[in-house]
Amino acid sequence: MSFINYASREINCKIVYYGPGLCGKTTNLQYVYQKTAPDAKGKMISLATETERTLFFDFLPLALGEIRGFKTRFHLYTVPGQVFYDASRKLILKGVDGVVFVADSQEERLDANIESLENLKINLEEQGYQLEKLPFIMQYNKRDLPNVSSVDEMRTLLNPSGVPEFEACATTGEGVFETLKAVAKQILVDLKKGGAG
Amino acid sequence: MFGSNSSFVMYDEEFKRINIVIEKLLREANAKVIFLVDKNGQLISSVGETEHLDTTSLASLTAGNIAATGGLAKLLGEKEFSILFHEGEKDNLHISIIASRVILVVIFDNRSSLGLVRLRVKKASDELGTIFEDLAKKSEEIQKDDNYQSPFAEITDDDIDNLFN
Repeated sequence: MSFINYASREINCKIVYYGPGLCGKTTNLQYVYQKTAPDAKGKMISLATETERTLFFDFLPLALGEIRGFKTRFHLYTVPGQVFYDASRKLILKGVDGVVFVADSQEERLDANIESLENLKINLEEQGYQLEKLPFIMQYNKRDLPNVSSVDEMRTLLNPSGVPEFEACATTGEGVFETLKAVAKQILVDLKKGGAG
Repeated sequence: MFGSNSSFVMYDEEFKRINIVIEKLLREANAKVIFLVDKNGQLISSVGETEHLDTTSLASLTAGNIAATGGLAKLLGEKEFSILFHEGEKDNLHISIIASRVILVVIFDNRSSLGLVRLRVKKASDELGTIFEDLAKKSEEIQKDDNYQSPFAEITDDDIDNLFN
């Protein structure tokens, strides 16, 4: 649910990065943080365990610039990917405007991807959303590793409806901004449509 | 306005009314900073000594805190825990939920007291609740109007692309 503030001429949107444990959601945000000009970003917050696993969420506010006199701000969140943090994941999906699913391309993580995507659908439905109606981008991460599934196979299993998809390597930044740009664009297009209805 | 798929809209008039209430609360409660956050973590307004505060992060973490506490409440069969209090060595945080919709955060130090803050917050909450109700009605009416056009209805693909250049 975007927040349009006429008083401060701002529009705020919430993007959530979802995916199985260790798929690279936090790494996506870290790369965006590193490569964004200081005046366009706020502090990145990571609520993580001592072993750097996300415990609750990561948060990164970005200011992209103005559109029709409104400052556009995107709040990027990640969820904790580990299965047992499901209660926390549900909370973070509240008020979401767009979702990025970060899939781990390694063959042995294929089942974990499928399980996490199912979990995303269920948790969204609990909040009254339908994934098909939300801005949604698929990212195949870790393409640099040797033991990856083919994109065709991943597409068949994870993206049968053919939402925009990107191959990525979040540690080097490949595909990271393309993914973010695609989801932000879909959110803005949605807002535009909302105005017509 | 608080439906899952529509936007939460704030207009000038209500924004001013809200700020009058929280500025009064700031004075009457002897508080340092007050801010209002929606339950999704978006900062609505802030007053007081905010210059050295990262209000965006505070808003996001407060909403996370409220969401987690709300989760705990549900597990115990409670609707919500409407007040949270965090005590520090110097500064304290008083967090309350207004009309089940927005979060009011009061930061105060030893120039004030928990009792005073609670008392003043209670009064301000009623006033804020009314304003947010008015805002919800206004938003609904405006969006139902056949002539309504969102300010973003006319944005072009170029506008969107330009954001990323």
